[in-house]
Amino acid sequence: MKVASPEIVAPDNRAAEQQPHWRQEFPIDLPQDDYRSRRDFTKLMVITSFAFFVGQAWIVLLSRLRRARGEAPLKDIAAVDELSVGGAKLFHYPGPGDASLLVRISERQFVAYGQKCTHLSCPVIPKPQAQRLHCPCHEGSFDLLTGQPLAGPPRRPLPRILLSVRGNRIYANGVQQGVV
Amino acid sequence: MAVPEGNEFFVDPSRCIGCNGCVQACTECDTHKGYSMIQLDYIDQASSPQTVPVVCMHCESPTCAEVCPADAIKRSDDGVVQSARKPRCIACNNCVLACPFGVPKMNTAMHLMMKCDMCYDRTSVGKKPMCASVCPSQALFFGTRDEIERLRPQSRALNSFKFGAQIIKTKVNMMVPARSTVEHLDVVAALYEPTVGNQLEDSLSLDEIDIAEMESESGKP
Repeated sequence: MKVASPEIVAPDNRAAEQQPHWRQEFPIDLPQDDYRSRRDFTKLMVITSFAFFVGQAWIVLLSRLRRARGEAPLKDIAAVDELSVGGAKLFHYPGPGDASLLVRISERQFVAYGQKCTHLSCPVIPKPQAQRLHCPCHEGSFDLLTGQPLAGPPRRPLPRILLSVRGNRIYANGVQQGVV
Repeated sequence: MAVPEGNEFFVDPSRCIGCNGCVQACTECDTHKGYSMIQLDYIDQASSPQTVPVVCMHCESPTCAEVCPADAIKRSDDGVVQSARKPRCIACNNCVLACPFGVPKMNTAMHLMMKCDMCYDRTSVGKKPMCASVCPSQALFFGTRDEIERLRPQSRALNSFKFGAQIIKTKVNMMVPARSTVEHLDVVAALYEPTVGNQLEDSLSLDEIDIAEMESESGKP
């Protein structure tokens, strides 16, 4: 900002560089003073909350787009007779980095869950005898039949992989995010 | 917004007729919250009806701001020294005591120093201050330097004041006779002038003093 008014001369008539530091901290000229008015503060608050709002809207938009992109792809995981009752198989679905577990819990029943514990993302270990999926990190447990958390720190259920059987093959055809 | 650069304030006390119009008009200005910030001083009420309007001179290095312990008095970038900022002013009266022209006024009820701010809401949008717009004799004049030189060929503007050893330059100009050769208005010396500081029946009286000699020695008290 252009300062039209002349320089302030201190009462001791010394140059500005020789003045004590507080003269810079407490300038007499208004443009040099970083005074915050109530209006400035309100403006800051409004702009900040608008930025938060835009952030939330962006997140909503992204998830809408993800949903609009269609169903998760069909993926061949295993053959029906590949697993014995109580057996488990690791596969990656929907992406190559999403480790998931397929567990045969009875002769005609398969379940599959994402392997990441919903507490701190440790891989869970299937315990078919106990009807549990166990997370060794913090002793968390999930129900093998439903994926609901049973014990320990996790509060949200494991994401469930939807399965379908065609002929002799088991396919994954979607992920159902668990609801609390 | 700032006061447009060409516009300046000129005060010519010799034209003042003491009508109090400026005092009334000053209360109308929005930045003064209904209070008058101009003062009409009598030079020597017992012997003369002469009055002097006192507005803020808007010093280039404002003493009021220098002494403010709360950092409340600020000069805007057009050189206008503003009233104390309400959130900062602690109503300590330092500025009131320090100002060489006696301009700042303490509003005790509001705990706030208010002073003449050249009607900043008006001058910053190119209008005249209230007092200058009503003054019938134009003792208070607000306009460009060209205008004042055209209108007052007998006077010249001076904005340098002397208080003892201290010289104060101001944004507001005082009109002095064009033929006078003074470089500073010596305020302290003026206190010793017979018509100001002394009664006429004092030993010091006008006919004993050579006016020309007084003008030339006006620097000495």
